[in-house]
Amino acid sequence: MPERPLPTPIERTQPFWDALRERKVKIQYSPSSGQWVFYPRSHAPLTLADDLEWREISGAGTLYTYTIARRPTAPDFAGDEPQIIAVVELDEGPRLTSTLVNVDESAISVGMRVRPVFEDVPDSETTLLRYEPAP
Amino acid sequence: MGLRGEAAIVGISEWKPERRPTAPPIFTLEQWARLAREALDDAGIDPSEVDGICCTNIRESDSFVPSTITEYLGMQVNFAEVVDLGGASCAAMVWRAAAAIELGVANVVLIAAPSWPSPRPPAPPSGPSSWRYGASSANYGSPQAEFDIPYGNVAQNCGYAQIAMKYGAEYGYDPEALARIAVDQRVSANHNPAAVFHHVPITVDDVLNSPMISDPIHMLEIVMPCVGGAAIVVAGKDVARRSKHRPAWISGFGERVLHKTPTYAEDLLTTALIPAADAAFEMAGRTREEVDLISVYDCYTITVLMTIEDAGFCPRGEGQPFVREHDLSFRGDFPCNPHGGQLGFGQAGLAGGMSHITEGARQLMRRAEDHQVPDADIAFITGNGGLMSEQVALILEGD
Repeated sequence: MPERPLPTPIERTQPFWDALRERKVKIQYSPSSGQWVFYPRSHAPLTLADDLEWREISGAGTLYTYTIARRPTAPDFAGDEPQIIAVVELDEGPRLTSTLVNVDESAISVGMRVRPVFEDVPDSETTLLRYEPAP
Repeated sequence: MGLRGEAAIVGISEWKPERRPTAPPIFTLEQWARLAREALDDAGIDPSEVDGICCTNIRESDSFVPSTITEYLGMQVNFAEVVDLGGASCAAMVWRAAAAIELGVANVVLIAAPSWPSPRPPAPPSGPSSWRYGASSANYGSPQAEFDIPYGNVAQNCGYAQIAMKYGAEYGYDPEALARIAVDQRVSANHNPAAVFHHVPITVDDVLNSPMISDPIHMLEIVMPCVGGAAIVVAGKDVARRSKHRPAWISGFGERVLHKTPTYAEDLLTTALIPAADAAFEMAGRTREEVDLISVYDCYTITVLMTIEDAGFCPRGEGQPFVREHDLSFRGDFPCNPHGGQLGFGQAGLAGGMSHITEGARQLMRRAEDHQVPDADIAFITGNGGLMSEQVALILEGD
């Protein structure tokens, strides 16, 4: 199996990854605009306010869209197909990229409720945020 | 405000796309020289008249690209532009050239998209290729490297599939209608000897029975990567009037750039083309009904469907019945990509995006021979970069 690409956190984004390690989801919030932000940034999008702070959220959301890749999306993912690549809209508003696990292909639909699955990647410091259908 | 329509495409060079190159690699700078010479010869303009260039990246230099090219070509220019908008780059270069000409900055601007392989260095650089994840950036600090690539959300197929899936959830999905786009364009390709699929007709069943690559997109709904290259010459009124062909005047444009990764789109179904197309039509003072043909970016069938809607040729969400009711081939009632589109003609790198411009100009010049749209006077063109998120619309007009 080829080696999967893992994230290399930077100082700015480290709190997100640290939270996943602790089975928590934390994203940024800008009090001046009331805006939730993902992915982590130095300044809030559009307002460019520099008041972003980390807040814990549930991580629950809905499936905004998805695809089932029948061919590996890159050579590094050979053997992973079908890859169920998901865009999840968090209840707070922002969207993130993930994959769906613990689901039958026929049970997937845009708009379905989903919840986080924390996956510790073996032999690494990384925990990835995957999603499964919420009951 | 905007263009007055006083700059025109006057010369074209376009290499036949090939799936596997039948000739040796050529350095990008040499491709530039060859394409420039051919396009200028086509226009009947002497190279000494060139005073502007628009380019994309070249293999031989990561920075100082325009001066590397002008030095190689022995040219001195008043206008030098690098454009990095993926598949929208060539269309974006066209309006920049026209704007520079109308401002009086330049008079003859060369635009090239060399897309032939270049020779590999004797000792190849170590480390993974920068295109390992397609257009997705794996560079340190890149948001895609950290938040998208680890989940396999990489580059084009799966991004367009996410868009198509969302489209289906919103408006319903009619796979046969999408397949018809590929089929109608293939009819045109079958009449274009330069098309990579010139000799290969297809049916709706062929499309629907081709392998599912990324739900709901089938293999025959995806462009065929090719090698090739293309260049055009854009010139001001006086030069255009004495060039060899009927000039294709650039009368309107619009440009809109949003996000890179579809995950972070404000609304995945509201593409950047809506404001870009409106701006182009308004600037040109033209209506959708006046358009004789469209030559629009078609990396996937869903791209064409959403382009027809978002450019305003039919209401949003009604593209599927529209393509069922119209014949999109060059001889049909709604000619769309009469060269076959990149789906039928082949996608030779950034020259694939250029093919929509060369085809628009060729049709207005009445040089399209077996795939000529009768009485072609007004063409609507798009360039699309990234995931429907970098859009340029152009309107070209004959006299």
